[in-house]
Amino acid sequence: MSADGPMLPRLHAREHGDHPPFRYPDYKSTAARSPDQDLVSILATLSEATGPGPAWSEVSPEDADLTTNAGTGGVAIGARIIVTGRVLDAAGNGVPDTLVEIWQANAAGRYAHWRETEYDAPLDPNFLGVGQCHTDADGTYRFLTIRPGPYPWGNHHNAWRPAHIHLSLMGPSLGSRLVTQLYFDGDPMLHLDPIYCSAPPQSRHRMLAHYDHEVTEADWATGWRFDIVLAGAEATPVEQEEA
Amino acid sequence: MAGAGPGRPAPLGQTPSQTLGPFFGMLLGRPGDANMADESVAGERIRVTGVVFDGHGAPIEDGLVEVWQANSAGRYRHPVDDRDDLPLLDGFTGFGRCPTDHPTGSWSVVTLRPGQVPDGRGGLQAPHLNLVLQARGMLDPVFTRVYFDDELSNDDDLVLAGVPEQRRHTLVASRGDDVDGLATFHLDLHVQGEHETVFFDV
Ligand SMILES: [Fe+2]
Repeated sequence: MSADGPMLPRLHAREHGDHPPFRYPDYKSTAARSPDQDLVSILATLSEATGPGPAWSEVSPEDADLTTNAGTGGVAIGARIIVTGRVLDAAGNGVPDTLVEIWQANAAGRYAHWRETEYDAPLDPNFLGVGQCHTDADGTYRFLTIRPGPYPWGNHHNAWRPAHIHLSLMGPSLGSRLVTQLYFDGDPMLHLDPIYCSAPPQSRHRMLAHYDHEVTEADWATGWRFDIVLAGAEATPVEQEEA
Repeated sequence: MAGAGPGRPAPLGQTPSQTLGPFFGMLLGRPGDANMADESVAGERIRVTGVVFDGHGAPIEDGLVEVWQANSAGRYRHPVDDRDDLPLLDGFTGFGRCPTDHPTGSWSVVTLRPGQVPDGRGGLQAPHLNLVLQARGMLDPVFTRVYFDDELSNDDDLVLAGVPEQRRHTLVASRGDDVDGLATFHLDLHVQGEHETVFFDV
């Protein structure tokens, strides 16, 4: 700590060129929900070098098995998958003990959700489609869930969202906040999806989960690997050595 | 700040942002997420509320507003903020979130009036909330701040000073009538258009 306050960690700016633009005409809802003005640069202060990740992780329960967490005693219908990977800062350090929240449609492509959808696909009473877990000391997270189905949406005629899982992470600092979507490598619908394609060509592949036979468990579930790289502050190790 | 310095490996490519979609608020919101401080926490409890609008002036009814702030002593609950001479307050993380209401687009949190935190340039920042706004139709999060119109220290705040003067008002919440005995501040967020909120490159 100095007279100016605590020593701040190294911050990695958001690489805007690797993220979607605010306005992406093929995704129609962006038209009126995208800023016109340029972002205003800001001092990197304690406000930007901290964030809710560490504190929020302490208070949030773990709930990493979406096949049973509806609490009905039954199990969700669909192809069981293990989704795992590491959460990394931009320097490649694992981000330990951070909350990962996911939400997704069921195997039929339907969200368990009160606002009615017009898509007439079955609900699964044993599947909420919501889960959360913490990364371990190495930054690794792991979920057991059901492979989600694609679903139609109203963006354009015959528009379908390819199968995807939404993920939300807080990370080490305010600027590491990330909400993204996991897609499945090899899905033939990806290039038709304006949300997937809103990410630039050189970075969109980072949203693909890859089949990993090492993760697959015999007679149980196929395994998919998905690593996540966050902007913002470099991670604080769980166990700090005395300098 | 980012980028490879001498002898430093190039940073990894960041995972692209994607829209929150319409379902987060319904599926993941938990009761109490927007009540950041109950009566037992030391400090002045306040309510901060507003409406989120799109570029047509229509309410954004499926958004998510997240708040990150220092406690009333001006300390963040975070390992980087190692000023142990300032208290951490039991029951207060400094984080809250509120899905915007369907169909009004309004959000509201009850929290502590934050204290001042260092600006890293030898001074103190005016009390402020850090806000993250996301919604369906927004492919990236936007970051802004909420200041309070009854704080004299706003005049000395380096971040506010870095904002074009004619746009500063988009960051300053105004105190209205108390609600349920709590000082209540109002600030609408405009994602686009004539009244567009200042968004920072955090
Ligand atoms: Fe979705």
